[in-house]
Amino acid sequence: MLHLMQMILPRNGRRSTQIFPSGHGFLVREWVFHAEGYLALENMNQLSASEALTDDENYSAEEEPFDNATLVQSYNDDMHIYDFHIVYSFSYRVPVLYFRGYRCDGHPLLLCDIERDLPPYSLKIQNESKWTFMTQEEHPYLRRPWYTLHPCGTSDWMKLLLGGDLPSKSPDMLHYLSAWLSVVGQTVGLRIPLELHDKSI
Amino acid sequence: MELCSEEAVKYVWEGAIPLQIHLHESEVTTLPPPPPILVLGSRIGYLPLLVPLIKPHFSSTLPPGTDSVWFDYKGLPLKWYIPIGVLFDLLCAEPERPWNLTVHFRGHPGDVLTPCEGEDSVKWSYINSLKEAAYIINGNCKNIMNMSQADQFELWQSLVKGNMDDFLRISSRLKLGPLGEDCMVRSGSSLVQPRQAIGEPDFTGSGRPCRIPVRLYVRNISEDLDDLEDAVPIDCWDRISYINRPVEIHKEEGRLSLKCAMKTLLPEIFLEESLVNNHEFSREGETVGADSSYGDSETIGGLRNAQAEEIPFPGQAHVQLLKKSKIKMIRIQGIELDMDIPFFWVVNNLKNPEYFLHICVFMGTSSDQSTIR
Repeated sequence: MLHLMQMILPRNGRRSTQIFPSGHGFLVREWVFHAEGYLALENMNQLSASEALTDDENYSAEEEPFDNATLVQSYNDDMHIYDFHIVYSFSYRVPVLYFRGYRCDGHPLLLCDIERDLPPYSLKIQNESKWTFMTQEEHPYLRRPWYTLHPCGTSDWMKLLLGGDLPSKSPDMLHYLSAWLSVVGQTVGLRIPLELHDKSI
Repeated sequence: MELCSEEAVKYVWEGAIPLQIHLHESEVTTLPPPPPILVLGSRIGYLPLLVPLIKPHFSSTLPPGTDSVWFDYKGLPLKWYIPIGVLFDLLCAEPERPWNLTVHFRGHPGDVLTPCEGEDSVKWSYINSLKEAAYIINGNCKNIMNMSQADQFELWQSLVKGNMDDFLRISSRLKLGPLGEDCMVRSGSSLVQPRQAIGEPDFTGSGRPCRIPVRLYVRNISEDLDDLEDAVPIDCWDRISYINRPVEIHKEEGRLSLKCAMKTLLPEIFLEESLVNNHEFSREGETVGADSSYGDSETIGGLRNAQAEEIPFPGQAHVQLLKKSKIKMIRIQGIELDMDIPFFWVVNNLKNPEYFLHICVFMGTSSDQSTIR
């Protein structure tokens, strides 16, 4: 799994920047692979609930080149910024999502702030299983409190998603991470651009 | 050698650290300041569980406001989710009795320490660790998820109260051990294959490795140190390398010693300096060597830079390994263990109630390279 993470990134460790506007959710920046063994997606701007446009599944207009002026316009105090890290768990043998959020002034977000940014279904689960869904844990490498989604079910639903046992070295493994992220991302409102799924390294 | 010694397990359950808890001076509002309080901290317990004993002693002197309790030892904020015995074994190179700690009721350092909201936080941290251990041993945590509320409650209470008999009674239903000499998990009289939950078909062949939950804490001390009392105290958690990684045992390996188990977790320590490892490992996305696999059974190869002060341990926290560093001491449940002791005995008798074996490793390093990132 660790090797997989290295394989999906080009040699220089950085992926090309992909930015796309969205009605609500995240503007994608870039992935960085850290040598200790985790993938980072940082400085993701999450528009707060009050800023979100009405839910709009039509993205055709949003494939146009992004206009920086638009970005400046939407910048305001309500904007929450998130960092996402994907870390490999040796115990569960799956990737695990760690994330943290902060306001524009750098102030860390409290759990109640983050909950407001969660998609409704996730919020429901969080309310029902406060201690076992999304908790604050020590980041395995940065050693600071980060939020994490519990990985105990990951292996099971990944098997469902990819259909059958995971072959260890077939090309399908290259898509493991984007498949995983497509599910986990929805939990925290992270939109994955389609290009991520198409690109075969 | 018997599989599981009740005497040894009792020893662990009854182990306790005498603590002398001082209130931080910034929170003392009365004169004379309150004296410290002496409490016994169970080795397998957690610091926040002692707060009900400690708080009444200091409550009349606390400044107004809401509590957010935390402890420190010589300025180092203590991680409340690490069992008290492990904290003591790790941070007190030379055991200090009583162990002098400072309690704070205000000013929790939320940027470095995950907050603790009382007994519930500790309980769920325990349950989540238990789930992780179950997943490692069985390949799933169904046995924990399927526990009734009553059983979960009783299990937790038995730990809080230090009631070993109650704990063993409930936990035996979880089918998490003990580990046999052949490294197969045994349950009562029947042999349970690893990763076989009750009622499920047997997927495992004899070649399937057995996985054992282990948490390793590595601390560097000076190689020339004669007296542990002189060890430089830890002032920052970055000085400790924490490795949360299961030990994998292949059945063919037969009887495993503690030393062999340590080799799987810290392979570099046991490599000869002159040995060039055959495994190729790349951190840059280059071709991965043929021997590596996607599982965590890969051995990390390549002393690529033998001169380096730091040998990266990919996928884990950087273990600060210096030239000629070697294990000076291994401490588990306060006992300094011989490296030749059978690993299965260590696991069965010295593990914590969440089924993790916590190992404190003191590495001897040359004194001119004692700074750690």
